[in-house]
Amino acid sequence: MPLIELKNVVGGYGGAPILNGVNIAIEQSDIGVIVGPNGAGKSTTLKAIFGLLKVTEGSIVFGGEEIQNSLPDKLVPKGLSFVPQEKNVFTSMSVEENLEMGAFTRTDDFRPTMEWVYEMFPVLREKRRQPAGELSGGQRQMVAMGRALMSQPKLLLLDEPSAGLSPRYVLEIFEQIVKVNKAGVGILMVEQNARQALAFASRGFVLATGKNRFTGTGPELIADPEVAKSFLGG
Amino acid sequence: MNELIFFFNNVIVAGVVLGSIYAVGAIGVTLIFGILRFAHFAHGDMMTMGAFIAFLLMLAFQAMGISVPFLPTGFLVLPIAMVITAIIALGLDKGFYAPLRRRGARPVTLLIASIGVTLIIQGLIRLFFGSGTWNFFETEPKQLIRIPVPLEGVTRTINFTQPQLLMVICTVVAVLALHFFLTRSRLGKAMRAMADNADLAQVSGINTKLVVRVTWIIAGSLAAMAGTMLALDVQLKPDLAFNIVLPIFAAAIVGGLGQSYGAIAGGFLIGFAETAAIFNWSVLLRPISGALPFEVPATLAVVPTEYKLTVAFVILVVVLLWRPTGIFKGAQT
Amino acid sequence: MIARRSLTLFAGLFVLFVLVGWALGAANITLLLVQSFAYALIALGLNIQWGYGGLFNFGIMGMLMLGGAATTFISYPVNAQFWGSEGPLMLGKALLAFLAGFALVWGARHSDRLGIRGRWKTALTILAWIVAYIIYRSQIDPAAAYIESAAGGGWIGGLGLHPVLGWVFGGVLAAGVAYVVGKICLGLRTDYLAIATIGISEIIRALLKNMDWLTRGTLTVSPLPWPVPGPQELQAGGSSIADSFVYARLGFLALVVVVLVAVFWLIQRAYGGPWGRMMRAIRDNYIAAGSMGKNVTRRQLEVFILGSVLMGIGGAMLVSFQQIYDPSAYQPINHTFLIWVMVIVGGAGNNWGAVFGALLIYITWMISDPVAQWLFNHISNWSTDIGWGPIPEIQSRASQMRVFVLGVVITIALRYAPRGLIPEVVKREA
Repeated sequence: MPLIELKNVVGGYGGAPILNGVNIAIEQSDIGVIVGPNGAGKSTTLKAIFGLLKVTEGSIVFGGEEIQNSLPDKLVPKGLSFVPQEKNVFTSMSVEENLEMGAFTRTDDFRPTMEWVYEMFPVLREKRRQPAGELSGGQRQMVAMGRALMSQPKLLLLDEPSAGLSPRYVLEIFEQIVKVNKAGVGILMVEQNARQALAFASRGFVLATGKNRFTGTGPELIADPEVAKSFLGG
Repeated sequence: MNELIFFFNNVIVAGVVLGSIYAVGAIGVTLIFGILRFAHFAHGDMMTMGAFIAFLLMLAFQAMGISVPFLPTGFLVLPIAMVITAIIALGLDKGFYAPLRRRGARPVTLLIASIGVTLIIQGLIRLFFGSGTWNFFETEPKQLIRIPVPLEGVTRTINFTQPQLLMVICTVVAVLALHFFLTRSRLGKAMRAMADNADLAQVSGINTKLVVRVTWIIAGSLAAMAGTMLALDVQLKPDLAFNIVLPIFAAAIVGGLGQSYGAIAGGFLIGFAETAAIFNWSVLLRPISGALPFEVPATLAVVPTEYKLTVAFVILVVVLLWRPTGIFKGAQT
Repeated sequence: MIARRSLTLFAGLFVLFVLVGWALGAANITLLLVQSFAYALIALGLNIQWGYGGLFNFGIMGMLMLGGAATTFISYPVNAQFWGSEGPLMLGKALLAFLAGFALVWGARHSDRLGIRGRWKTALTILAWIVAYIIYRSQIDPAAAYIESAAGGGWIGGLGLHPVLGWVFGGVLAAGVAYVVGKICLGLRTDYLAIATIGISEIIRALLKNMDWLTRGTLTVSPLPWPVPGPQELQAGGSSIADSFVYARLGFLALVVVVLVAVFWLIQRAYGGPWGRMMRAIRDNYIAAGSMGKNVTRRQLEVFILGSVLMGIGGAMLVSFQQIYDPSAYQPINHTFLIWVMVIVGGAGNNWGAVFGALLIYITWMISDPVAQWLFNHISNWSTDIGWGPIPEIQSRASQMRVFVLGVVITIALRYAPRGLIPEVVKREA
């Protein structure tokens, strides 16, 4: 059974629906990447999973449970974590405090997890007492991911993690994401840097106008001439 | 030297007392603004309500013969009054503000709703207590503390009342408690997180409803403390706090809305500004009048005494125009 | 565009007025009518500022006080003692000092033209403010003290002109102050503007209350003359005492209604035309409007001044009618919040709504007291009967009920009719 499965999800913010029957399925071992043109509904899909908008038709099943239209703070204890694209750190709080906030729903000792996050992102340990707002873009992204990992999620949702980063950091971020996945966390991310992201993807989904257009592994999609022509710039 | 002591009593002591009241009130206002993003105009009436609850409790305690030496009964009942006011604050949110928030009301709608709450509380207080004034110290005398200054030729003493001393101690305790809460406890940090970025807080799994409830509990208890302190220092009357709602907002805005430490600083700033502005500075110039090239006028105050509250408004308007985010860079709507 | 619902609402209002009139008597109902129509004018002013302009003016009380002060100054008889004394001269010197101070500050603020910038300019400006303040105080303090003494006549008195001129001057004064306030404050957003305007109106109140040489402060000024024949004149002409009050007030009412109708018609015309459309565009999306080249700040200032003019006139009317100017009697509850409730309950953005709201809320406000008294008396009788004793101080407590009722009305209106009873008609462009 897949870790998470979206079946024919229709939803939006209240007016006309943005998602018109989206189907996604990934396992905990997968790195899932959603690409597509602007307005295709990529970020909207993530927000639908996390209960940030209304799903009117279809279902989202996570770990055997239907979770569409749940409240976000109920999903975190179930093993879902979300990193928004913008404003994804608490700028006035220190790096360490940001991580602590990620562990809010945990009742056990989360220090080992914090150690694990510092192992993965050593620069955060260095800057742990600094306010997150003072860090560079790439470092902030690490804080954001670290915060999301503190709740020990089974599935991590990332909304355009490479947005606004210089090319060198884009590669670095993707490598970090692969590291996280190898440590046992399922990844479902939305990306604008389609070609680079799909190179790492074990499941790729191309969306357009709120519907699936192509599905396959990342390398498969890159190699597909039709996909390359329409969505990856040839 | 006597003149310096006069200055100390009338400006420093008075400023500290007034500043404490403003600071404690402003913390509540600023917390609500930081977490719930609206100007809670009814805060002044929450303070008045807290003071009246404390008064009733004091009467009850006195009737039952409960008292503690060295501690005015008003202070003894303060913790209970704080708890009761906190519960009422939760009720106010549930009944008046939460329904509007659920419908996505704008901050100004909430401001107007809080004005409605102000009027309801004002009306009810006047209904039950009439419009007269009451005194916490009808039956217990207010203890005056005089500290003599061991210097030559000094006849004046440093004066303050025991309630004033207790007030300052309470303020310090409250501020320290709040500081530890916000920086050491998980819930306190969650409050700061929510004030920083409410959407991210929700996405991180923080129980935003719980944070909102805690905010009202803290704001309500602090309002009760500030109101009771004010009533203990002067008198208890229904429009007690309506007069100082605006200076308290001024303090919160000056310190930066959402910044608790700013609110404290703002409170003291405005407290001292008021006492310094109405002080007759010529008293300080008199001893050295011989050395001055001009004649010292009989009264030299920045503003006449009637304009004491106006000082706070002027500061408020100046700050709003010059630096609306406040000294400590707070939030904007 | 009066929809059927509005007609029903106004009909209901008419019935309410008739009932109240029957219960309280013709003299009282005419009094209530005059005041509620004056408040309707003020509510129209707020509707322009908030309903059209989206501006949160919580300083209505200040404008009303200015209007009242203006009509007092214009219409109260001349104080010969003052004019014959040194008072005018000293006041003239104080005015010069004021202007000198104004020039100083203005110069400092524009000193960057002389090459003084940054920190130095700020320091210079602050210094200019301080010096200006000292110069002004040095002249006004002795002037005020002198005028307030017996030699100076106690206060500056009035000009003895017709009250309607006072109303006009009320509008002018309000416009002037609104210009200054608007220039400095309108850059603030939403709640900040609300708080700033409350602060400013409190400052105005403190000034008008304490400048005894100008307004007699707590001593109050009365009686102020009416623009139409008053009860005394009608009695001299042969009417009975009861009738004279009714007819005199009806005369005043006629004048007020004429002003209201004229203003209403003008505003409705403007609302339907290009100016109104532009104002609403700015209100609904001022960022977009600004980027389209509309001078948003200029328009907002216009709207602010226009609304304030109506408030000034309305405030002047009320003071003329009540024939007494008492700065201490102004309360934010009665003179700011009440009008906000009128506009919110009536319908922001709709002039009919504003007028309806004003009449309804004012009547509710004024009858809360007698109704509460009646209610309390009955409860008191009942409680006495069962041995608990009567309710003390019924009268003063009952008069506080209206504050409570107003709060309840605001709460219910915000919950169940947030757009008001006669909401803004959003025309769908074909």
